[in-house]
Amino acid sequence: MRNITGKQLTVGGAVLALVIILPLLIVPFGQHVLIITCIFAMCGVAWNIMGGYAGMFSFGQAAFFGIGAYTSSFLLMTFNVSPWIGLVAGGIISSLAAAAIGYPCSNLRGHYFAIASIAFAEIVRIFFNNWEMVGAAEGLTIPMLKGSLANFIFNSSKLPYCYIIMAFLLLALVVCRLVSTSKMGYYLRAIKESHEVAQVLGVNVVRYRLYAIMISAFLTAMAGSFYAQYILYIDPASVMILAVSVQIVLVAMLGGANTVLGPVVGAAILIPFSEYSRAWLGYKGTGFDMIIYGALITAISMYRPSGVWGAITALVQREK
Amino acid sequence: MNASLLLDVQGVSKYFGGLRANEDISFQVRGGQILSIIGPNGAGKSTLFNCITGFHRLDKGRVLFKGLDITNRKPHTIGKLGAVRTFQIAQVISDMTVLENVMTGGFLRHVRVRDVRLNAEEVLAFTGLMAKRNYNAQALSVSDKKRLEVSMALAMEPELLMLDESMAGLTTVELREMIELIRKVRARGITIVVVEHVMEAVMELSDRVLVLNSGRKIAEGSPKEVVADREVIRAYLGDRYDAVCQ
Repeated sequence: MRNITGKQLTVGGAVLALVIILPLLIVPFGQHVLIITCIFAMCGVAWNIMGGYAGMFSFGQAAFFGIGAYTSSFLLMTFNVSPWIGLVAGGIISSLAAAAIGYPCSNLRGHYFAIASIAFAEIVRIFFNNWEMVGAAEGLTIPMLKGSLANFIFNSSKLPYCYIIMAFLLLALVVCRLVSTSKMGYYLRAIKESHEVAQVLGVNVVRYRLYAIMISAFLTAMAGSFYAQYILYIDPASVMILAVSVQIVLVAMLGGANTVLGPVVGAAILIPFSEYSRAWLGYKGTGFDMIIYGALITAISMYRPSGVWGAITALVQREK
Repeated sequence: MNASLLLDVQGVSKYFGGLRANEDISFQVRGGQILSIIGPNGAGKSTLFNCITGFHRLDKGRVLFKGLDITNRKPHTIGKLGAVRTFQIAQVISDMTVLENVMTGGFLRHVRVRDVRLNAEEVLAFTGLMAKRNYNAQALSVSDKKRLEVSMALAMEPELLMLDESMAGLTTVELREMIELIRKVRARGITIVVVEHVMEAVMELSDRVLVLNSGRKIAEGSPKEVVADREVIRAYLGDRYDAVCQ
């Protein structure tokens, strides 16, 4: 283990303090924006493990997100299973679904993989849209239980949600950091370069790609379950649509694919912008955020392919 | 140095549609030897490499490595068993540093990241790339990339190293350095098979030479024997080479 320097300790402490204090200082709508930001940051971090490190550009993360949301909600409503257990179950089912689709796609790369991932997510969405048992197109309304941590529901305050999703995000960051600094991280980057080079280096490409997809799906499903418990209503049109998948990719790409913290930075820029523009401009603003997104992404891919976080680290290194 | 049979290629054939890429090629490599495979472009040298290392499925024949049948095994399995190759156009991981590239190979033999790093640094010191360990692999010259590729292979602690044209496109000085490096690798007890066009290197390094033409083996022997072979001269070396040698 690397020794932790005093400076790192200070920075870490400051960030932690900010994270604890920030939700207390802002108005409820601000808390809502913070929660949504963290949800997408978490999904972005999860996407990064397969997209950023391993080069599997998934535009189908909404399927994993939705499977997570539906699993915990369905188990709660039908079998009265605690959402906390439902969340883990959602992660597992999502991982299994990811493996089931990932395996036949083992040889797909680049845009072929991207297209396959869109097709997968659309199939899942249409399936849920017609599946009566889970409410089909009407979706599921999660029952308002008594507010408590055990029930994963807090009726009057957004504050507990803030802390829970921040803890989830932290977990995702720790997982991503562990992956990126371990053998798996090196192997995924080799796979991203080319399957041939990875194979020569002794990497079982199929297996490591599956690991990456499954970890990514698990974390994304966790975020989905959280979303369901927070919004208390889900339907395929809100949790399984392509726009959600695209949002996740944008968050990671804008912030910086291939870096642990990039997606957090990306989410912190994109999501508040999107939420506030929706709040201020109302229905007239629909799609306005997408126009700005488009411009941002074009700019970032032309001038800073390493993303905002990549640009910041490059600057810091130059200062040194 | 052990003189046991390390690689035993038996009647390997590979067809691409109607094209005969390899036909009934057999040869053996003993431990500690350097074998060169030469032949004109399109003779099937790289295909043969691909067949041995699991990148192509064989149509006929068998490949034994250390007595184990590795025919049609997956490349990563063959790598794990100890047969590692490089590519004609050096394949490195472009958005990693030199050290990270070598480390990626080292994870095959070591578990802890620290050990992997130490091992990688040792390899880089051996191959002479230590000073450039923090360079981005993309920024390396052709010659350094080839050297890096050899380093990545060495980090996997192979018993058999298969180099596909690691001398191509090098300057005279770089060529000397590469020949030296290959000598040093062999001195470590690693058996080497090279596909090579640079005859200077072939003559100097090889214990044995295998000549392919149109997918078939047309000669095999010591370097001297092979360059004196009429068919080899006609198919590959050309009459000018003949004249120079006389």
